[in-house]
Amino acid sequence: MSIGLTHYLVLAAILFSFGIFGILTRKNAVLVLMGLELVLNSANINFIAFAKFGGLNIQGHVAAIFVIILAAAEVAVALAIVLNIYQNYRHINVDEIDKLKE
Amino acid sequence: MQDTIGFPILTWLTFLPILGMIFILLVPSGKDEGSKQVSNTIIRWIAVVVTFIQLILAIIVMFAYNNTLSGVNELSSFQFVEKIPWIKATFPLVGQFSVEYFIGIDGISAPMVLLTAIVCFVAVFPSFNIDKAVKGYFAMYLLLDTGMMGVFVALDFFLFYVFWELMLLPMYFLIGIWGGPRKEYAAIKFFIYTLVGSVFMLLVMIGLYFSVGSFNMLDMMDLTKYFQGSIFEGTGTTIRYIAFMALFIGFAIKVPSVPFHTWLPDAHVEAPTPISVILAGVLLKMGTYGMMRIAFPMFPDAVGYFQSLIAVVGVVSIIYGAFCALGQHKVGMKDFKKLIAYSSVSHMGYVILGMSSMRPEGMAGAIFQMFNHGTITSMLFMIVGVIYDRSHKRGLDDFGGLANKMPVYTGIMSIAFFAAIGLPGLSGFISEAMVFLGAFKTYPVYTMISGFGIILGAAYMLWTLQKIFFGKLPEKWAGPWDPTKKKYKHDDLNAVELTALVPLALVVIYLGIVPSPMINLMSASVNQLIEIMKPFVLIGGQVAGM
Amino acid sequence: MSPENILLLSAVVLVLPLLGFVFNIFFGKRIGKPSAWIAVIILGIDLVLSSILCIYKLTTDLANQTIGSSADTLQIIIKDGLIHSKLIWLSVGDVVIKIGIGLDNLAAIMLIVVTLISFLVHLFSTEYMSGDPRYSRYFAYLGLFTFSMLGIVIANNFLFMYIFWELVGISSYLLIGFWYEKKSASDAGKKAFLVNRIGDLGFLIGILILYSTFGTFMFDEIFDGIGSGILPFASGSMLTIAGICVFCGAIGKSAQWPLHVWLPDAMEGPTPVSALIHAATMVAAGVYLVARVFAMFTADALTFIAVIGTITAFISATIALTQVDFKRVLAYSTVSQLGYMIMALGVGSYTNGFFHLVTHAWFKAALFLASGSVIHAMHHSLHKMHDHHTDPQDVRNMGGLRKTMPITYLTFLFVTLAIAGVPFTSGFLSKDGILAGTLAYANLTGGWHWLIPILAFSAAGMTAFYMFRLLILAFHGQPKTEAAAKTHENNFVIVFPLILLSILSLWIFYSPDPTNASIGWFHRAIVQPKTAVPEDYQWDFLLIEENAGESIKEHNQSVSNHSEHSAEQVHHAGHHYINKFAEEEHHFHGTAMMLSLLIAGSGILLAFLIYQFKIFSADNLEKQFKPLHTFSFRKWYFDELYHYTAVSGIIGLSKLLAWFDNLIIDGLVNLSAAITRVSSYFIGHFDNIVIDGIVNLLANITGFFGGVLRKVQTGQVQTYIALLIIGIIALIYFIF
Repeated sequence: MSIGLTHYLVLAAILFSFGIFGILTRKNAVLVLMGLELVLNSANINFIAFAKFGGLNIQGHVAAIFVIILAAAEVAVALAIVLNIYQNYRHINVDEIDKLKE
Repeated sequence: MQDTIGFPILTWLTFLPILGMIFILLVPSGKDEGSKQVSNTIIRWIAVVVTFIQLILAIIVMFAYNNTLSGVNELSSFQFVEKIPWIKATFPLVGQFSVEYFIGIDGISAPMVLLTAIVCFVAVFPSFNIDKAVKGYFAMYLLLDTGMMGVFVALDFFLFYVFWELMLLPMYFLIGIWGGPRKEYAAIKFFIYTLVGSVFMLLVMIGLYFSVGSFNMLDMMDLTKYFQGSIFEGTGTTIRYIAFMALFIGFAIKVPSVPFHTWLPDAHVEAPTPISVILAGVLLKMGTYGMMRIAFPMFPDAVGYFQSLIAVVGVVSIIYGAFCALGQHKVGMKDFKKLIAYSSVSHMGYVILGMSSMRPEGMAGAIFQMFNHGTITSMLFMIVGVIYDRSHKRGLDDFGGLANKMPVYTGIMSIAFFAAIGLPGLSGFISEAMVFLGAFKTYPVYTMISGFGIILGAAYMLWTLQKIFFGKLPEKWAGPWDPTKKKYKHDDLNAVELTALVPLALVVIYLGIVPSPMINLMSASVNQLIEIMKPFVLIGGQVAGM
Repeated sequence: MSPENILLLSAVVLVLPLLGFVFNIFFGKRIGKPSAWIAVIILGIDLVLSSILCIYKLTTDLANQTIGSSADTLQIIIKDGLIHSKLIWLSVGDVVIKIGIGLDNLAAIMLIVVTLISFLVHLFSTEYMSGDPRYSRYFAYLGLFTFSMLGIVIANNFLFMYIFWELVGISSYLLIGFWYEKKSASDAGKKAFLVNRIGDLGFLIGILILYSTFGTFMFDEIFDGIGSGILPFASGSMLTIAGICVFCGAIGKSAQWPLHVWLPDAMEGPTPVSALIHAATMVAAGVYLVARVFAMFTADALTFIAVIGTITAFISATIALTQVDFKRVLAYSTVSQLGYMIMALGVGSYTNGFFHLVTHAWFKAALFLASGSVIHAMHHSLHKMHDHHTDPQDVRNMGGLRKTMPITYLTFLFVTLAIAGVPFTSGFLSKDGILAGTLAYANLTGGWHWLIPILAFSAAGMTAFYMFRLLILAFHGQPKTEAAAKTHENNFVIVFPLILLSILSLWIFYSPDPTNASIGWFHRAIVQPKTAVPEDYQWDFLLIEENAGESIKEHNQSVSNHSEHSAEQVHHAGHHYINKFAEEEHHFHGTAMMLSLLIAGSGILLAFLIYQFKIFSADNLEKQFKPLHTFSFRKWYFDELYHYTAVSGIIGLSKLLAWFDNLIIDGLVNLSAAITRVSSYFIGHFDNIVIDGIVNLLANITGFFGGVLRKVQTGQVQTYIALLIIGIIALIYFIF
């Protein structure tokens, strides 16, 4: 059996689901960020898969590299926020951070 | 347009007091008692100087005035005219909105300008007795002066209205702050009453503006300038009658005519002496002046419709005011000032009666009566002020025998009293006689009824004379000032009081013997006004030689 | 003298006393006693000037001429013996108001009357008023009065007449109330002024009617207007009403019934003032006015005048019978005599009416000055005895003054004879003429008009009676008080005017014949003017007959040149009389003389019988006729009547209106203010509860939903993301 587009897509979907699961269920903000990384990388897998099989070609690669860069930047900002949250709350438990409510 | 002087003299005349007011406000008020006295003295003398210059300017105007020019509704024959655009704006829906700084005088306003200058000058002297917040008082006083002068020179309705309201405010404060025990009540009553009149005037003014397209009074008098289809277009329409009535009531409140007169006794009783003088001397004239300047020439058709009603208002004011004045001897506070207030109602009734006659004698008599009432009543109020300053009493029963104690005072007072009851040789007689002569031709019966006013007038005046000046001086007033025994000294008039009273007395005597200068001043304008009214009103004795 | 100079001189005569007034007001107090002499000297000059004027006017023939046109500022006209000027005073549009002064025989004689009596009164007063704290003020007022009175005399128009009319009113007011410390004096002054004002209102209305009809105040223009058939409101009865209205002025000023009540009270003033103002001159102004405008009275108006005069003459004579105050008797006698004059003018006896004015002026001034002399003496005597309670004016305190004051007594006696109408006095001449006139009038008109002579004759009898009663009570018999016994004759300054005035009451000054005045110079100088009223409205017997017209003019223009000729004319019968009335008057002359002699004689006799010889007891008579006596003594209760009707009515009405004004009119104003306040209170609450409530309700509803919905906002990032994902899934579901 040759590995086709479908396999990639399924892998990406699984990865995406793990990522979402992690985002929604983890209390630790760092873990939530990790879930986010999973989601982004599942999207990368899709881009690459489509570049290979879907005729997206070079644009798929470019998009994937763009997402990686974006993820790096996003993590930098997000970790800075997390650090600030930690400094203010002395924890990074996202369940208890509901200041937005008010 | 006659600008015989080449100098904006009316502007100076009007706004000079404002200049004085600024000076007064710049005078530093002292810290300790001594420097306070100094600054008060400076303020008082600034007021004297300013009003004196104003008086001189007014006299110059009178000398430069050309008697033969009529004015009223002809721009070309107004004098000392200044006409420059003031407010110009374009609004959506309304369109062009323009107000002019348009002033000038004619034979109707010239006597009033002179009267205002005289009264404002003489009333400064009794103001010397004001000790409370001197700076504020004189600032208000001069502001009031500007407002009054402005009303008499304005020829733009909007400008007129502005001055009209401008004069209201200082008057409110002058009564409300420097007044007697019920000053707040009196001030509010005065203010609201007058404001009701102003509102009527404002409505009509706006209506006229939409009918004519400008605030120029002379345009408003020209029936041909009314826009096609505008509300006041044409003659004899109901809306014009209503508008005239609104104006008439607005002005009648100011006169005041029965039954809109009750603010006057209260305002007079509570106001300090100089403010009473101005109130009676000038403010009341604005009502009748407004009728002559605005209500009559703008709505001649409505005047024709309501003419006999106007005459009745005059007659009722004469008789009713006289009865009420007589009644002051018997009921209520027996307040000298209240008596004079009611006598003002009565005397202003002659003005209305004279105007309603539409005869040259009657109309000129009415203007002359406005002037004379101004001078005579100013004297009367100052006379009350004199004894009030000395004794802090002004009840009719509180005095007696002052003739022996204060002979000069009694002499001056006799002139005022006899002028008020229309004694020949004094100015009041001429104007009353002219009013009667004119009114009899148009309304013989009303005039006969109003004749009883002269008997009642003599009755209440002579009664007052007897109670206050004749008889014996009550024991309590006899001695010199003695704080322990609460006795008062009744010195005769001092120099300041004489400075205020003697010029008025001279004017009263002079115009009583030689009235023609004043009559000539107004003669041409009176004729012009009657020409405007002629097609619409009843004029008695029109057949020449009859 | 040129016409200008005559008028100029008249103006000087007019103005001189005014100068005296101004001088005495401002400087009198400073210079003290000499101020009086300045006033006396001024009046002396005035007297000389007016004598010159009068003599010139009566002896000179002035040709008709006109200097200047009616459009000029000053126009001088001489017409029919009247020289006058017209000066433009005011002009408003087409209305021109002119004033002016004029001089004719009437005015010329009146000038002398006024200046002479005023001069004598000034002189008298220098002594009488000495010691008064307001000595110079008194002379100032006298000057003002003289000025105003002269103004009335030489006015040639209604406006001037009215102006000076008011001015004499005010000077009379000032002089009556001269001793204003006394309440009664200031009350009397006020009463005099107000009662006069009532008359003046009528006068004013009359003037207004005439002015509105003719557009002028000039007498001659008005008469010409009436003569040319222009009538007020085109009706003869309006002319009558105008005449009556003008006459109202005279009713007030000449103290005619029903406005006579002020004159007796006016006796509160100093006695010389009573002599000058309230006996001789001012009160005669009303008579003078009627004479001046005689030409405009219609028959009805004249009847009204005659009736008023008669009633006045009768009523006041009855009142004078019982009065005990020296001056009050004289006051009522004055009212009565003024009634005579008015009556004479009313019945058409023009010349006699004015003649009586002049003769009465002399003898009544003398009577008052004599009473002043008596009161002065009594006052001094009481003063010396330190008696301040006894009334120096009450005749019951006098008696026997004949011996202590002989000159005063003799002069008083003589003028009493004159007023009673005893032959060889001026009073006899004038009164006789008037009585003849009333008889002639009654005979010509008939009917109830006969009441006029009947009342006139009875008044004449009463006059003789009460005057002698006064004379006997005051001067005869024994002194009733110690004070009266200790009186002394006054000095020369006081007696001189008495003597002079008594001498003037001799017949010889007016007519050579003591029984007939019509041949004297006076009756030739003063002739009834041609009536201006159309024939329909005038008595036919007053119309001047045409053929007599010529001789009238001659009478007017020149007296001296024609004296013999005129004397003959009057004696001729028939057409030489100026009108039917004059003829009739002449016929009744003898009858009237006999009757009046009889009646006056019986009056005098009765007075002597009761008071001198005490044949009838005065007290008994008083008791027998108690109601009548009281009625007379209380002056017919006129004062009470007026007090309880007019005065109380007006004061009550004024109280009512003042109350009405305070409560109702001002109440309405305050009520509207209160209503505004109350409604603003309610509106405020309405606003607070309802309007604001609705707004708040809306806000609350929004808040409620907001509260519910905000539960969704947990603030937790994960919830939001979950919702986001659900949303995206839903979106995808809905789109595909």
